Amino acid sequence: MDMKTSKKLGLKERYTMMTRDLAWDTTYQPMDKVFPQVGYEGIKIHDWDKWEDPFRLTMDAYWKYQAEKERKLYAILDAFNQNNGHLSVTDGRYINVLKLFLGSTPPLELMAARGFSMVGRQMVGAGPRVACQMQAVDEYRHFQTQIHSISNYNKFYNGMDEFAHQQSRMWYLSDGKSFFDDAITAGPFEFMVAIGFAFEYVLTNILFVPFISGAAYNGDMAAMTVGFSAQSDEARHMTLGLECIKFMLEQDPDNLAIVQRWIDKWTWRGTRKLASVGMMMDYMLPKRIMSFKEAWEIYFEQNGAALFTDLARYGVTIPKCFAQTVEEKEHVTHQSWLGFYMKPESTPFHTWIPGPDELDWLSEKYPNTFDKYYRPMYEYLDAQEKAGNRFNNKTQPMNCQVCVNTIKYNEPGDPMEMCFRETVYQGEKFHFCSGHCQEIFEDEPEKYIQTYISSHQALQGNCAPEGVDTHAPDFNPGSHIADYWRLDPRATGDFNGSEDQKNFAAWRDLATKN
Amino acid sequence: MTVKALADYRFKSSDALENYQGKQLLYINWEKHRMFSRPFVVALPPETPFSVIVDKYITDCYRYHPDFARIDWSTVVWQNSNTVFSPDPVKSLKENGIGHKDLIRFTTPGLNGIADTGY
Repeated sequence: MDMKTSKKLGLKERYTMMTRDLAWDTTYQPMDKVFPQVGYEGIKIHDWDKWEDPFRLTMDAYWKYQAEKERKLYAILDAFNQNNGHLSVTDGRYINVLKLFLGSTPPLELMAARGFSMVGRQMVGAGPRVACQMQAVDEYRHFQTQIHSISNYNKFYNGMDEFAHQQSRMWYLSDGKSFFDDAITAGPFEFMVAIGFAFEYVLTNILFVPFISGAAYNGDMAAMTVGFSAQSDEARHMTLGLECIKFMLEQDPDNLAIVQRWIDKWTWRGTRKLASVGMMMDYMLPKRIMSFKEAWEIYFEQNGAALFTDLARYGVTIPKCFAQTVEEKEHVTHQSWLGFYMKPESTPFHTWIPGPDELDWLSEKYPNTFDKYYRPMYEYLDAQEKAGNRFNNKTQPMNCQVCVNTIKYNEPGDPMEMCFRETVYQGEKFHFCSGHCQEIFEDEPEKYIQTYISSHQALQGNCAPEGVDTHAPDFNPGSHIADYWRLDPRATGDFNGSEDQKNFAAWRDLATKN
Repeated sequence: MTVKALADYRFKSSDALENYQGKQLLYINWEKHRMFSRPFVVALPPETPFSVIVDKYITDCYRYHPDFARIDWSTVVWQNSNTVFSPDPVKSLKENGIGHKDLIRFTTPGLNGIADTGY
């Protein structure tokens, strides 16, 4: 008997049938009612079919690839955990990198998943809708795998169990939360520029390459494997972001001014968000891969500049903040680590003064600034700690109304002076860390007057556990805030003398000695 | 510019004066002493005498710095944001023209932080 077999579909045909062929124009309701969000930002799209799908990946193939990645990842995680892999990292201090990462990154991956689900619903073209759907699933996967890989450390070390509660409450997590809240409450095209382009394309390598290489260098096979598993998705995300930029710019010349403003805004917001990543590279990795300054030069100044040269044919110019970020790469990590070091009772991870060889490394990597501005202060604080007088600034911080970083950066051109900017809106004063944040505020003040600033909320009496009288004359918000944050006191303070330090040393001795 | 939105977009400021039950926010910064990383914020009634700012809040925070004991208070330069002013210590914040969310900066001439680094 002859079998009748139809010819196998070609890749292109198959792609068309699985994406564009599934879409239709609505007739019971007008299209602009079904897709209300694509118009109000001012972006003009004339022909959605002009969207070029940069990767012809269909949903069935997507599931297959992703499932394979998951199998490999979990095999390695299991092996790492069963062999007490946590004791093979370079130094107990390294685990604080994971604590910082756990609070600041997986919750944002989840926000990205939400964002791309929403944008996928709003985009009219089938190409971007399918791509957004895949990216939403990717981001959800990253959120889960990051937590899974770190969960094993949670069995042994302090400060990891309340990251989800802390995400929307703690002072140092407000910058990332604000970043995604801002993006997700914007329209679909701004979200694509914010996350798809500025973050995924322009800045993501600054987050992922140092984090993954840092994990590898420091013997953390679990985090390294999660990173590699995510990185192969990132390549697709970068392509989506860039395609969206090109699509908008090709559709209508009026889109350029709007897109440029978003590029300026989100490159700056991303830069501010990454200050803590730089601090991780320069101060928290016991074995360092490269300095933040070097990473900035490769991934932003060189790769970023090449990207913007490529986009110049559409009229796009290099982000307005470019020069300021180049100046700041010499300073931000030293300023950020100090900001955490001086607040030992307010983070679920430990801080410390770098050892003498680490200070030498910083002097070598930052010949223009470290000895001149930062080393004497760190040596002074080290001597104080050794004399039993460890720095503990008990005051509440002043934050930028836009990026919600504490106001800790220097005036451009003058590293000895704090940078202050302010404006008055509807009779109220608002403060910023920089001229760039001030400009973002002034473009949309109605949005940023709602910013959640942890120290202000505490002073309003909103951050005390139930039963505390916040109107009492002697009410001191600082004395309740740690409970409100569910901050485990064992996880706070200097690394020297911490329970983590003692346990790591004791367990490693058990593993390596008789 | 204003925000673009599909519907009427009006929300209250998270830090409006009325949210502080009779107090107002005040930020304080010691210039060229960046060891404290950032200015600090307190909420105080506008009737608070200015001397309390120096005797309590500034002293509590900044006395950790070795320069603090060396301050000659008669030479200190006070600013409200960028405007130089001469606070009267016995008068209240309000009488000294200090309002909600004002930033008080003080400079101590000759004292520029650890090893003159600004820290």
